[in-house]
Amino acid sequence: MAEFSIDRFVDRYAQRTAGMSASEVRALFAVASRPEVVSLAGGMPYVQALPADQVQAVVREVLEGSGSTALQYGGGQGYAGLRETLTRLMAEEGVDADPEDVVVTTGAQQALDLVGKIFIDPGDLIAVEAPAYVGALTAFGAYEPRYLPIDLDQDGMVVDQLEHALLQGSRPKFVYTVPNFHNPAGVTMSYRRREQLVALCREAGIPIVEDNPYGLLRFDGDPLPCLRTLDPENVLYLGTVSKTFSPGVRVGWALAEQSVVQRLVLAKEAADLCASNLTMLITERWFADEERWRGNLQVLVETYRSRRDAMLEAIEEHFPDGAAWTQPAGGFYVWVTLPAWLDTKALLAAAVERRVAYVPGTAFYPDGRGRNQMRLAFCYPPEERIREGIARLGGLLEDEEQLYGSLRP
Amino acid sequence: MRIAILAGGRTPERDVSLRGGHRMMTSLTGIGHETWLLDPADTPLVEALQERRPDLCWLGLHGKEGEDGTVQRLLDLLAIPYTGTAAFDCEVAFDKVLAKDALRRAGVPTPNWVAIEAWALRDLGAGAALGIAVERVGLPCVVKPSRSGSALGVGFVEREADLPAAVMAALSFSGAVVIEAKVEGAEIASSLIGPDLEALPLVEIVPKSGVYDYAARYTAGATEYFTPARVSDDLATVVVEEARHAAAALGLRDLTRVDMLVDRDGRPQVLEVNVSPGMTETSLLPMAAHAAGMSLPDVCDRIVRSAMARA
Repeated sequence: MAEFSIDRFVDRYAQRTAGMSASEVRALFAVASRPEVVSLAGGMPYVQALPADQVQAVVREVLEGSGSTALQYGGGQGYAGLRETLTRLMAEEGVDADPEDVVVTTGAQQALDLVGKIFIDPGDLIAVEAPAYVGALTAFGAYEPRYLPIDLDQDGMVVDQLEHALLQGSRPKFVYTVPNFHNPAGVTMSYRRREQLVALCREAGIPIVEDNPYGLLRFDGDPLPCLRTLDPENVLYLGTVSKTFSPGVRVGWALAEQSVVQRLVLAKEAADLCASNLTMLITERWFADEERWRGNLQVLVETYRSRRDAMLEAIEEHFPDGAAWTQPAGGFYVWVTLPAWLDTKALLAAAVERRVAYVPGTAFYPDGRGRNQMRLAFCYPPEERIREGIARLGGLLEDEEQLYGSLRP
Repeated sequence: MRIAILAGGRTPERDVSLRGGHRMMTSLTGIGHETWLLDPADTPLVEALQERRPDLCWLGLHGKEGEDGTVQRLLDLLAIPYTGTAAFDCEVAFDKVLAKDALRRAGVPTPNWVAIEAWALRDLGAGAALGIAVERVGLPCVVKPSRSGSALGVGFVEREADLPAAVMAALSFSGAVVIEAKVEGAEIASSLIGPDLEALPLVEIVPKSGVYDYAARYTAGATEYFTPARVSDDLATVVVEEARHAAAALGLRDLTRVDMLVDRDGRPQVLEVNVSPGMTETSLLPMAAHAAGMSLPDVCDRIVRSAMARA
């Protein structure tokens, strides 16, 4: 009796890869990425807004002026000129930063991985929002934490819940949050909650990891202070140029205390030696021209605002009673909660069949919740495609409601 | 020979199909054929086939369109030979509602079932009959979309109260569902290839999670496979006989995989047949061939010869 093993390394993989499996949802996304499908699934920035000639000019300037630097290895902390630039970007949101406290990473996603690497031991408790950014859950997941999910409402993280958990004896290693235009929930943490969270964590001696990819993409209202501004000593801040310039350059960063910076740099060097000098120089050059980057950001904000409006109007028109959704003041996402009997993961196949796609809610929870929720991204398709996609989804939801009714005698 | 490999398509099994298609291309090229890949989702199929007319189409598509007779009918019209089962038989074999009836009529054992169509629920009030369905089939039961592959949309139901949700999930993939009695036992796949549908060694499937779902099928290491299956020679003979019986009843050709359960009393029951069995690195038919000492190119060669014998 021979046992046939298709993967001869099967017994050798680390335990932490156990969660890395094939999934039905991924299989459906292979179809959802086809052009005939209106994809409200992926959070792809609208890079077509970038003026191609200006980007080309920047790349040419870099290669002509600093070619030998651009094509060489760099230091683990990242190109100093760019770190200077990034502090100016943070100043836009009121964050005061020293370039020496900045580590450039391969997108903010790598910063999440490095944070996991230097802070999480297997079994450690990490407080996350519920729902949470799925990429943070998978990045931290490799370090085998346990999660303490804290609910979100219209005002962001329900800090009372965290406080209650702390009173019950929970001691998370850190609290991870996306306070502005949350992915996937679209909500923004209120000022009162920010103060409450910062005070609570300071008192309990629990650091906060503040992930702020969307902060500069505000469509309405006034900006709120970053957590980092409220408590520079206890907040580790993560940023990215993926939403303000280009995700293709893979430039993100972490801003932290020197002691943390040193560990992040060592971890970064162990992971990939250094960020790409070529794209760091391109990014620095792009942001060197105030008019250029602000002009592009303005176009992005106006485009996304108009797409958000199109999505919210279409949802209002086409979604059935019993559906609830968030009203994002910026960012990329609307979060929809449907009647409890609907299973958005199961429904995705029928949605793709009708040429529309979304991300089912369960992906964003570490504890299996979110069955009746979905994330809709308005960042990529133009307004008329968004309206078409929402109309298709609305029709499907209506049919499901009828079907559900027929199954309940 | 000039062989167009049809793979990809617009179904949830698109990736699986492409992975298998690329493997077939390597194998067929390796034994001297001129091959190219045609993805009907990227290229208008008829135009592409007329422009570059192959001697044979290798059908590596999965799911609707590829397995339900649609593409086969089109190739019949264009008079291009293809691998696998003829259009009408595909239509029956791919649809569990039809296939299970055809199997039972032919005397092939298959778990007890009830079929319900979505429109019967919507327009005829069939929901009121769900209770009767449960009585007929018993609990626990398995709810399957009638026309879908790779266990997509399949749900296991322990309590009657969970049946509506499972039915809705399955209907997301297809216009009808089969509610089937859950048979406890060993899961065994019988792969048959060539003009006489010769049996390859049986593969026994032991998913670590207990359920042979999508993740268990396509994640290396998530399932243990034993080939030959851990059954007596006598039982293996009976299992293969039933597999061939099912294949004959449904008119299958060139290659197929018959998925079965051997219940606790040692009786094989046919769950379903596949007109386009998976050919990826974790798929059962290539695994069975490997156990028989056949390489993938050997398998491809037999299938191509079997198909061309009809041309």
